Amino acid sequence: MLANHRLLSPILLVLLVAFVIGLGLSTRANNNYRVPERGRGIPAREITRTTRVPSNLAQGLAAWQQVYSVLISPRCINCHTATNYPQQGDDRHRHFANVVRGGEEGQGVPGLHCAGCHQDVNADSTGVPGGINWHLAPLSMQWQDKNDRPLPSAAVCRAVTDRSRNENMDGRALLKHHEEAVLVLWAWNPGRRPDGTMRTVPPLSHSEFVNATRTWVEAGTPCPRGR
Amino acid sequence: MATYQLNVNGQSKKVDVDPGTPLLWVLREDLKMTGTKFGCGISACGACTVHVDGIATRSCVVPVSLIGSRKITTIEAMAQDPVGRVVQDAWVEKDVVQCGYCQSGQIMSAVALLKATPKPTDQNIEESMGGNLCRCATYVRIREAIKSAAEQLT
Repeated sequence: MLANHRLLSPILLVLLVAFVIGLGLSTRANNNYRVPERGRGIPAREITRTTRVPSNLAQGLAAWQQVYSVLISPRCINCHTATNYPQQGDDRHRHFANVVRGGEEGQGVPGLHCAGCHQDVNADSTGVPGGINWHLAPLSMQWQDKNDRPLPSAAVCRAVTDRSRNENMDGRALLKHHEEAVLVLWAWNPGRRPDGTMRTVPPLSHSEFVNATRTWVEAGTPCPRGR
Repeated sequence: MATYQLNVNGQSKKVDVDPGTPLLWVLREDLKMTGTKFGCGISACGACTVHVDGIATRSCVVPVSLIGSRKITTIEAMAQDPVGRVVQDAWVEKDVVQCGYCQSGQIMSAVALLKATPKPTDQNIEESMGGNLCRCATYVRIREAIKSAAEQLT
């Protein structure tokens, strides 16, 4: 019996080491993330932390999914189209009255300028939403395909984190944008529809959205793998 | 009710109205300026178009409380406007009008277009005028009149 015990201990030790190595490889293989590229707005400190602490990445990816759920809600994605027109309503139908994107500014055209109806604040007596500098997001920030279907999480994440497409915003600037930008804040104060009912708001509260963004940014703005 | 001091066609106008009243009804009912027309009431037809600080604006959906000190220009001032005058003359020259109900809105949008884009392409015209409906379907003559006005202005 004693001899068997002496023999068993090294075997158990080897098995334990093999298990730990196997677990590590398995975790690595299952991590469905893209390590952010250096120089894309993520401080080097965050990249290092991100690449060395998988649990932080997992938290970041989970936070991104929360952010994504807001970005593809109608209040946000209706103005992030891939087409020549904005959308409206929870069914995201094409904006009425033949409204078009206009130039790069996305503010419409001279006879159909966004500000020709959309004022600096919501007009609840007539049901027209409003915010300062009402306009479409640039085509580089499209979160839909040309058939008006929301892009997958990974594609939206890539668009949001690509500084050549997102008006050169790094993680910190993205957080500030989500915290303070007038048209972002509008999504949680969208006013009344023409029939007097309240417009729906995104699935998270604004503070939840900001907290999720912060977690995602602190994890190095990781993006899911895939298209 | 609240009191507002509006700048309409260069003149100061005082009105005492409900803050949510659309500018259209302040113009028509309170100031008796009936050149601006009511069409749909939901900014879908363009008949109510005026300029607010030069921007073609659907007066039927903009509450008077949101106008502030911005300058309102209506169809009544177009005869004195250098571009407006030329556009109105082109409208007559091309015999654009049939029933005429939508035409004040059409002219206001056309003037806004020509001030921003002196030499508009067909696409510019279609996009800018796309929100102005004409039940008599005078669209072809509207386009010709805008092109004629553009030639005279450049």
